[in-house]
Amino acid sequence: MATLTKASRRDFLKIAGTSVGGLVIGFNWFSCDSPKVEVISTEEILAQAKSFNSYLSISPSGDVVIYSPNPELGQNIKTSFPMVVAEELEADWEKVRVVQANLDTEKYDRQLTGGSGAMPHSWEILRKAGATAKFVLVAAAAKTWNVPAEEITLEKGIISHKGSGKSGHFGEFVAEASAMTAPEEVTLKDKKDFKIIGTPVKNVDTKEMYTGKPLFGLDFYREGMKHAMIQRAPFGMKIKTVDESAARAVAGVTDVVTFGTSVAVVGTSTWPLMKAKKLLRIEYEPDGTVESTTDHDRIFTDLMANGKAEVKRSDGDVNQAFKSAAKVVVAEYQCPFLAHSPMEPENFFAHVQADKVELIGPTQTPDRARLAAAEITGIPKENITVELTRLGGGFGRRLRADYVEEAVHVSKAINGPVKVSWSREDELTGGAYRPAVRYRFEAALDVEGNMIGYKLRGVGMNEANSTRPNNFPCGAVENVLIENVVHTSPITINAWRAPVTNFLAYAEQSFLDEVALEAGKDPVQMRLELYEKAKSNPIGNTDYNVNRMIAVTKEVAEKSNWGKNPDVKQGISVYFSHRSYVAQVANIEMQGGTPVLKKITAVTDCGMVVNPIGANHQVRGGIVDGMGHAMFTNLTFENGVPKQKNFDSYRLIRLKEVPEIDTYFLDSGFDPTGLGEPALPPTGGAIANAIFAATGRRLRSQPFIEQKEFSDIKLEIRRA
Amino acid sequence: MANFNLKINGKSHTVDVEDDTPLLWVLRDHLGLVGTKFSCGIAQCGACTVHLNGNATFSCVTPVSSVGNGEVVTIEGLSEDGDHPVQKAWAEVDVAQCGYCQAGQIMTAAAFLEENPKPSMEEIDNAMNRNICRCGTYHKIREAVALAAKTN
Ligand code: FES
Ligand code: FES
Repeated sequence: MATLTKASRRDFLKIAGTSVGGLVIGFNWFSCDSPKVEVISTEEILAQAKSFNSYLSISPSGDVVIYSPNPELGQNIKTSFPMVVAEELEADWEKVRVVQANLDTEKYDRQLTGGSGAMPHSWEILRKAGATAKFVLVAAAAKTWNVPAEEITLEKGIISHKGSGKSGHFGEFVAEASAMTAPEEVTLKDKKDFKIIGTPVKNVDTKEMYTGKPLFGLDFYREGMKHAMIQRAPFGMKIKTVDESAARAVAGVTDVVTFGTSVAVVGTSTWPLMKAKKLLRIEYEPDGTVESTTDHDRIFTDLMANGKAEVKRSDGDVNQAFKSAAKVVVAEYQCPFLAHSPMEPENFFAHVQADKVELIGPTQTPDRARLAAAEITGIPKENITVELTRLGGGFGRRLRADYVEEAVHVSKAINGPVKVSWSREDELTGGAYRPAVRYRFEAALDVEGNMIGYKLRGVGMNEANSTRPNNFPCGAVENVLIENVVHTSPITINAWRAPVTNFLAYAEQSFLDEVALEAGKDPVQMRLELYEKAKSNPIGNTDYNVNRMIAVTKEVAEKSNWGKNPDVKQGISVYFSHRSYVAQVANIEMQGGTPVLKKITAVTDCGMVVNPIGANHQVRGGIVDGMGHAMFTNLTFENGVPKQKNFDSYRLIRLKEVPEIDTYFLDSGFDPTGLGEPALPPTGGAIANAIFAATGRRLRSQPFIEQKEFSDIKLEIRRA
Repeated sequence: MANFNLKINGKSHTVDVEDDTPLLWVLRDHLGLVGTKFSCGIAQCGACTVHLNGNATFSCVTPVSSVGNGEVVTIEGLSEDGDHPVQKAWAEVDVAQCGYCQAGQIMTAAAFLEENPKPSMEEIDNAMNRNICRCGTYHKIREAVALAAKTN
């Protein structure tokens, strides 16, 4: 069905002759309650008289440009956003592009990349902007040719009128169109008529990436700019003394700057700084507690037993349920710290001057960078600019502004422009981590194996809530208690791709597998039974749509031939994941006594798929990421310092370690939701459950390869 | 400090740097060739891969003093206009997510195919295993190398 939707609350806007020319449509990305899409004049833009936060412009030559506020870090937003606009506009895809907008809080109220939120936020507004532009172009052509607008057709940027045989490209009508009234309502296309959305469209930055053009923050250089590298204190320590003499003596080092608990070496190029940094003699002293991984294990055990918990959810009477249970299943799960390790290490350029600051680099939160600079310098934020580069990965690391603050401190101290760069060692030791967490699950089963009680207790670090109180199986179980205990640690933590669920999903989905085993039920069958309960008689609040859960579960069972081949050992995991629904099955084949992980089948419901190339990329990438960290990666602390300092000991998944991944998408008819995070959380559980099916070994901690249960399992990974 | 004469992408360049300076930083900081990327600095990830006399080489651990008369090719010099068969295959398969590792991946693949123009999938896996992609584009990397081999 084509949808009618309100496009504008304003009437005719007069437009005078413009110097720039072209048609400009203003719209707001993030105000879905009262979306405004208007035809506006160049004067208004120049005078900044309007509060639109983005513009779609069509030049007299027919080029279409939209300004995207969101940082691009590989989620492919620079390609998927213009696809949506081009669709409604009936534009020629070759003539549409996105321009990365710089930070502007006057215009953008959610200028960040995180939480898989951009597409759900912008879907409707992008469509309306495109549809409004189409409307006024058609009206302009109708007026010019003196024909009824209804008789006009558009295709690939060409406007035609069959009866009179007239046609012309968009650019020929922009002057006339910019004097048009924006309609009160526009008609959006019927989804079945989409020509661009849902088709594979390639990345718009392809050529630049594959020919080595400067795109990333680290590629930014400017005449006269200094470089800086920084030695940071261990967590829980402060500086006692600094002897910088040896570092200063290195040729190419121009300054050594101490601020807070950091010491920066500054110079004219990078390599001398890498050497000089090692020559700093810094003595630290404790500043509060200093923690090691062994402390964490002890703290977790202690808080699990005795910690003061906050109740996050309570349904029915769990005590009674567990008292009357025929069987109780209990299991604890724990994960290690992880670093984000984007391939491009942290870096930022800053130039602090008397009354202004210039910031350039990769960040997921440009506004946070600016506020930090304002606070350090006392310079009002209106005088601080932030220019966004492409990001060489983010995974949540660049939500923090710590490395921007460093650049500001150093620039201020040396009174000149500087780029602060981190080494890989800095990135792994310099602090922002997916925190370690421990969970205890308990399930009460009746004589038939039905789950009548469910308890989850999470012990998290520096995190208000390490659980998710509305996750499945909540809603399907009558008696539930979910609680949370917090340990305050000096180690800084940070959102990491799919925050909390990146491990919670694994623990929940593995525990459900344990419950199914104890209940004597097939894991798929047990889930379907529970979904039926949540559907017919839902208990309390839930976040998930149970019909979509059912659909992805059934589909993944079918696509993976669940339970059909006794030689293939399978594990399933199904998750309502950051607004999308993802079900995965891992296949392990026994070959001469050796378990071989061969394939992961993934079924995703993210509503409508905007770009199948991008969608496949995100799902496979999420699975590779989830699998890699569950299998191989560990970050441990000794006296406040991570022991794994580079990729030789901090093990990331490599090409030969990925199995075949089959991806399927279910079109549930819903509007699109994001895909940057959703595929990651379910993967660890699917693999662990398959390993259990193949070997009888239950993996309750990560990374798998370091668990004693795993020590005699020679799991191979091989594509079919 | 000493003067080094380097042959890079068919042109000669003179730089005045310490002799232990890695080729990576000479390229990036002194010659403005920023297509070659830094990521680990210890020969673990392949982001810094260049060709030295045709061999895929980790420039982060290659001191400038060891380059001598060697022919260095970086991503900027792999082809005139991004039309090397590997670059074309990369564009066709649409390999990249964030894109940061891809110059290194392309350089590894190009040197490998020069040596082994008709590789098996297993040989491709072995060759490409030395480059990390944090975004997990591995399936597409294999596909693109195989495509480049076919169209080469
Ligand atoms: S930067 Fe050279 S191998 Fe990683
Ligand atoms: S594409 Fe991001 S690291 Fe490979």
